[in-house]
Amino acid sequence: MDEIKESVLEYVKDEYVEDEDEDVTYETKLISSGLVDSFSMVSLKAFLEKRYSISLPDSEATPEAFDTVNSIAELVKKHTG
Amino acid sequence: MSNIGSYDERISGFDWGIARDVLDWRDGELLNIGAICSDRVCARGNADKTALIWEGHSGEPKTYSFRDLSVYSNTFADFLVELGLEPGDRVCLFMDKIPSLYFAFLGILKMGGIAQPLFSAFGDESLEVRLASAGARAVLTTQRHVRKVRKIAERLPELEHVIVVEGAPEKLKDGEVLFEVEKAPPVESFDVYVSDEDTPSVLHYTSGTTGQPKGAQHAHGSIWSQALTASWVLDLREDDVYWCTADPGWVTGTSYGIIGPWALGITQCVLDAGFTAARWYQFIQDNRVTVWYSAPTAIRSLMREGEETVGRFDLSSLRHLASVGEPLNAEAVVWSEKAYGLPFLDTFWQTETGSIMISNFPGMKVKPGSMGKPFPGIEASILDLKTHEPLSTPGSVGLIAFRPGWPAMFRAYRNQPDVYCSKFVGAPEGARPEALRSDPSVWYVSGDRASIDEEGYFWFVGRDDDVINTGGHLVGPFEIESALVEHEAIAEAAAVGKPDEVNMEVVKAFVTLKPGFEPSDDLELAVMNFIRKRLSPLAMPQEMEYVEKLPKTRSGKILRRYLRALEWGEEVGDLSTLEDD
Repeated sequence: MDEIKESVLEYVKDEYVEDEDEDVTYETKLISSGLVDSFSMVSLKAFLEKRYSISLPDSEATPEAFDTVNSIAELVKKHTG
Repeated sequence: MSNIGSYDERISGFDWGIARDVLDWRDGELLNIGAICSDRVCARGNADKTALIWEGHSGEPKTYSFRDLSVYSNTFADFLVELGLEPGDRVCLFMDKIPSLYFAFLGILKMGGIAQPLFSAFGDESLEVRLASAGARAVLTTQRHVRKVRKIAERLPELEHVIVVEGAPEKLKDGEVLFEVEKAPPVESFDVYVSDEDTPSVLHYTSGTTGQPKGAQHAHGSIWSQALTASWVLDLREDDVYWCTADPGWVTGTSYGIIGPWALGITQCVLDAGFTAARWYQFIQDNRVTVWYSAPTAIRSLMREGEETVGRFDLSSLRHLASVGEPLNAEAVVWSEKAYGLPFLDTFWQTETGSIMISNFPGMKVKPGSMGKPFPGIEASILDLKTHEPLSTPGSVGLIAFRPGWPAMFRAYRNQPDVYCSKFVGAPEGARPEALRSDPSVWYVSGDRASIDEEGYFWFVGRDDDVINTGGHLVGPFEIESALVEHEAIAEAAAVGKPDEVNMEVVKAFVTLKPGFEPSDDLELAVMNFIRKRLSPLAMPQEMEYVEKLPKTRSGKILRRYLRALEWGEEVGDLSTLEDD
């Protein structure tokens, strides 16, 4: 689980955070803060599916499920078993 | 009784002069949008009334009165003048929906500048193209977004000032200025620029099929139709709490997220946070929102969440709902009536029109899925696709067109007079743009197709060109394709819209690869992120298809319409010009 969280956090920081001084943690709100918008969620979902060889159904890839690194990691964990 | 009262009575003998009555306008008053939306409201005895209720993602709301609006916009205007900016200069606003965006917008107009708001999610390439086209002398941004400006600033010789309105002083680079308006000495009184109906005000960029985005130039006279439509379509009244969910980077966010409502002295709410259904409903509940202007993409996302989520909140304050950006499907209208007890009323207009042109009006019979009827004073028609003659048979599909002359009509495409003229049919050869704006014999063609039924309701059919409408925003395929071929792996590319349940359309790219590159999921993700960062999340292909070759005409032009038709399951039409294998 920690490996997933670390990897997702690193990806989010690299790809979506414009201000290098912005403090992003496992609990930072990503979607509801506007850090990651709904269109960009598609690329984040594509990253997770590729990185963890999983398929995330649209019904589960919701703004709520993608709102923090912690919640994303939980979703990934559920699908990787 | 709604503000508009009887639609039929309003269209009879309509005169735009009625906008003056709605604003209680007196001869000799200063026609400057910045002052009308702030100083004038104060002068009419509403200085202490709440103008803006703002909430960021952290949830702590801030409230500003019309006096605050007046003083902070003065303070921005004064600062810009002190910097050396002059009337007619383009000043770009590149930031999230923070309070300073609204204050600065009015301040720029007060000092006679032209406000150029840009969507803060634009990547550096999208930003550069628009700043270069506008010849912006200054950009106002925040620490969060300034990095994108830094990347391109040295390639923009006309850009003299980079102003950070929210950030830390130690994070600034050479040549950047920090100006936080709420910490600056307040400027109580400012000598507002004496503008008139034709003085340029706002410059919004919009995408077309070919070429780079075009700058649609608006003028201060737009306020007549923006205020009147805000009153008659959005039905705004003195005691309303109004929420327009649009970002001022797009025209809805300025025409109806700033100008129309504040000209009427209405209290507005702004939520600067990402979308989740619960957050939006909480915002409506907390602020007792009465009038809500949103977009089909958001409404369909709320539909997905279902009525159960609606039931967890007290939304009883809502009394009027309207929608804009793309056609609102019948299911969404029916659902909203069931879920909120009110139907979302669709409105149709575009960046170039500046104000609502066709709409479902309060009190009018709603036909779910219809665009409604033309606003009083707007002569709208459907033109034959080939002859450009008006079609009189109900149900005939043609081009939506308007007789020019309404107050908010765009005055020019910046530095592109020929493109401006090409938007009109029936114009005499060599007609000048300024003549077309009031020529009653020509039609302004919107680029959309529709039909009219027996009762005069308009029904949207689709775009007449290759422009992609995703989430209510127009994205130009040329801009995407140009960026795609800048990726090291891509030889050729075509971008089209493919159907999407929530966003109506999303971008799909067809690409051929250069020798040495192989199709893979890794490459697809890399290309998605490449486009997202260069252009914007809206322009990012949500699907990429690798092909051996792209369909082209014999002259080598990529046949987007063929690819689009395949995506939409439509007939591909005449392929006689298709290149042979």
